[in-house]
Amino acid sequence: MFKEVLQSIEGVEFYTIVSMIIFILFFVGMTIWLFKVDKKYIKQMSELPLNEENKEI
Amino acid sequence: MALEKFSYDNEIVRKFTIATTVWGLVGMLVGLIIATQLFVPALNLNIPFLTFGRIRPLHTNAVIFAFVGNAIFMGVYYSLQRLCKARMFSDWLSNFHFWGWQLIIVAAAITLPLGYTTSKEYAELEWPIDIAIAIMWIAFGINMFGTIIERREKHMYVAIWFYIATWVTVTVLHVVNSIEIPASFLKSYPVYAGVQDALVQWWYGHNAVAFFLTTPYLGLMYYFLPKAANRPIYSYKLSILHFWSLVFIYIWAGPHHLLYSALPDWAQSLGTVFSIMLIAPSWGGMINGLLTLRGAWDRVRENPILKFMVVAVTAYGMATFEGPMLSLKNVNAIAHFTDWIIAHVHVGALGWNGFLTFGILYWLVPKLWKTKLYSNKLANFHFWIGFLGIVFYAFSMWFSGVTQSLMWKQFTPLGVLQYPNFLETVLQIVPMYIIRMVGGSLYFVGVIVMVYNLVKTAKQGAFAKEEPAEAPALEKFKDPLKRGVIHRFLEGKPALFISLTLVVVLIASVFEFVPMFLIKSNIPTIASVKPYTPLELQGRDIYIREACNSCHSQLVRPFRSETERYGEYSKAGEFVYDHPFLWGSKRTGPDLHRVGGKYPNLWHYLHMENPRSMSPGSLMPSYPWLLTNDLDISTTESKINTMRSVGVPYTEGYEKVANDDLQQQAEQIAVDLQNAGAPAEPNKEIIALIAYLQRLGTDIKAKNNQASK
Repeated sequence: MFKEVLQSIEGVEFYTIVSMIIFILFFVGMTIWLFKVDKKYIKQMSELPLNEENKEI
Repeated sequence: MALEKFSYDNEIVRKFTIATTVWGLVGMLVGLIIATQLFVPALNLNIPFLTFGRIRPLHTNAVIFAFVGNAIFMGVYYSLQRLCKARMFSDWLSNFHFWGWQLIIVAAAITLPLGYTTSKEYAELEWPIDIAIAIMWIAFGINMFGTIIERREKHMYVAIWFYIATWVTVTVLHVVNSIEIPASFLKSYPVYAGVQDALVQWWYGHNAVAFFLTTPYLGLMYYFLPKAANRPIYSYKLSILHFWSLVFIYIWAGPHHLLYSALPDWAQSLGTVFSIMLIAPSWGGMINGLLTLRGAWDRVRENPILKFMVVAVTAYGMATFEGPMLSLKNVNAIAHFTDWIIAHVHVGALGWNGFLTFGILYWLVPKLWKTKLYSNKLANFHFWIGFLGIVFYAFSMWFSGVTQSLMWKQFTPLGVLQYPNFLETVLQIVPMYIIRMVGGSLYFVGVIVMVYNLVKTAKQGAFAKEEPAEAPALEKFKDPLKRGVIHRFLEGKPALFISLTLVVVLIASVFEFVPMFLIKSNIPTIASVKPYTPLELQGRDIYIREACNSCHSQLVRPFRSETERYGEYSKAGEFVYDHPFLWGSKRTGPDLHRVGGKYPNLWHYLHMENPRSMSPGSLMPSYPWLLTNDLDISTTESKINTMRSVGVPYTEGYEKVANDDLQQQAEQIAVDLQNAGAPAEPNKEIIALIAYLQRLGTDIKAKNNQASK
């Protein structure tokens, strides 16, 4: 059943390669971002679970 | 900025907390029972619904979906509200989700012992329950994403990412693996067959471990470990990096469950490569967890909560190192089908999931009931007895697995199997089964102590359904232009996250599946392989009902030790009409793929009535009801029709005459049995089962020379 559906898509292999490239680009981009990102932001993020109690009554 | 007043819903967290402990007790108790049955087979009391094959899925489902499932919801409903600084989106949905999920568990607890099963591991539940699961899961999703959209905290903490990835992936897994055509209420056949069915199943099975037992628990770890240690996570950057690599790599690794099987080699290698790669992101999580406690190890000594969490994270690290090692083909050749795998999963289940849950419970219950833990001493006792339980459990199963595997493979200097009788290798490891049961009991005692401790804690405290809180509204989400809900949704990060995770998961799945389903040469057809006769089909469904595949594989691997013992190794083309595939994943008993024609009908008849009459010392339970139950042939027509709709070439109209063929074949077997002196009647279930067993693997026996092209 799947076979027919998949075969009906033209150039189905092409999509897999494109999606692979998209992922790799995303991953590389994210890694670069991680190296460049503001330390304050990271600190603020990592303290999120600990901060909440201050705001409680 | 004006503060908005609201309150956190603690009542729903309390409900899931209670459900977690109750189902934990049930699931582990059933585990103890089946562990004991493995060396006291009479413990099934000759009652169908107490027999190993039927209650083993009850144990796995109860532990995974009831114990761990409720613990996930408990943790998510607690942490998500606080991380988002918002109450859960809808109280009604929360309760609907809670009660619906419990109903599903009850439905599983009823249908599985009654023998309603799809035979697919961790997806045994039949189609109406599958639909109910999908509805509850969607309810959970709406509730979760609704909360995220209405949040008052701009940033989404990494725990939420893990929750989102969990939700998205489990949705995809559940839908794809549950595509089945109903033959009746509570009976269905998957659209995939044989090798393809196996690939889909283990893509699912592996990722159920990844996205039900791992990612949500990593989310919980990222929230509750900093809470318990009162310090932020070691490296937030690392958490981001390992999140994306984990989500991306995990989904590819499924085929490592099928090494040396009839699955094409390229797919097997793909599974191995990605499994090895998985070490990196997995250990990223472990390191992040452990290093959070750097410089605070003195607190671990005193605080039972941290103790539980440290062992949980360590067990996670061990299991995620062992997993990739087991995916190496040379290690897998020894470990697969043995108790080694049982050890592996229990390091994960008892150590990682169990201990993290216990740590969270010890932290959460005093918090919810606004009091202190009733007894630190008892919690410490729980820790040590539980830890000891895991050690006993894992070591006995490691030892048992390696011992048995080496015995299977041992040849004499003359080149014949040293232990040709499978039973001999089983009896050798019975002491290990007893030690495993002792380990499990220790662990169970610990859990009982915990429940006592938690109940006492709750009794001395005062539970408040609502926890008042206040936070400034989120500026960005104030929506001055009133652009509508959809726009707000797209504005936030959740949408981006959902789509990115989905893309990542789908990429890998498509990669795995597209070639598998498209390339014909992946499954060479064998001309002599024919669809099952109606009687064999009915027999096969009895085999599925009794879950024979829990203990018997139907997959002879291409090793000399296996072809000597069982016969010709299994070919992909032999399984093209197997909806579902029944390769199994564990050989508590011998492989059955070539059992057809190996024994006379009478042997099977007597063996099913009492296995010890044919194989003294056998650990297989007796199935006396098969000899007395009438075979239900009213289902034949719908079964043939359903099989045809999924691609089995029964001719049009055959369903009308199928029962004639069925009765004729049953008559032949019954006469043969009667001639041999057994009081067999043709209309009993045992006849169908014998027909199926005698058919197994015989298609290529007839024309062995031209078997595979």
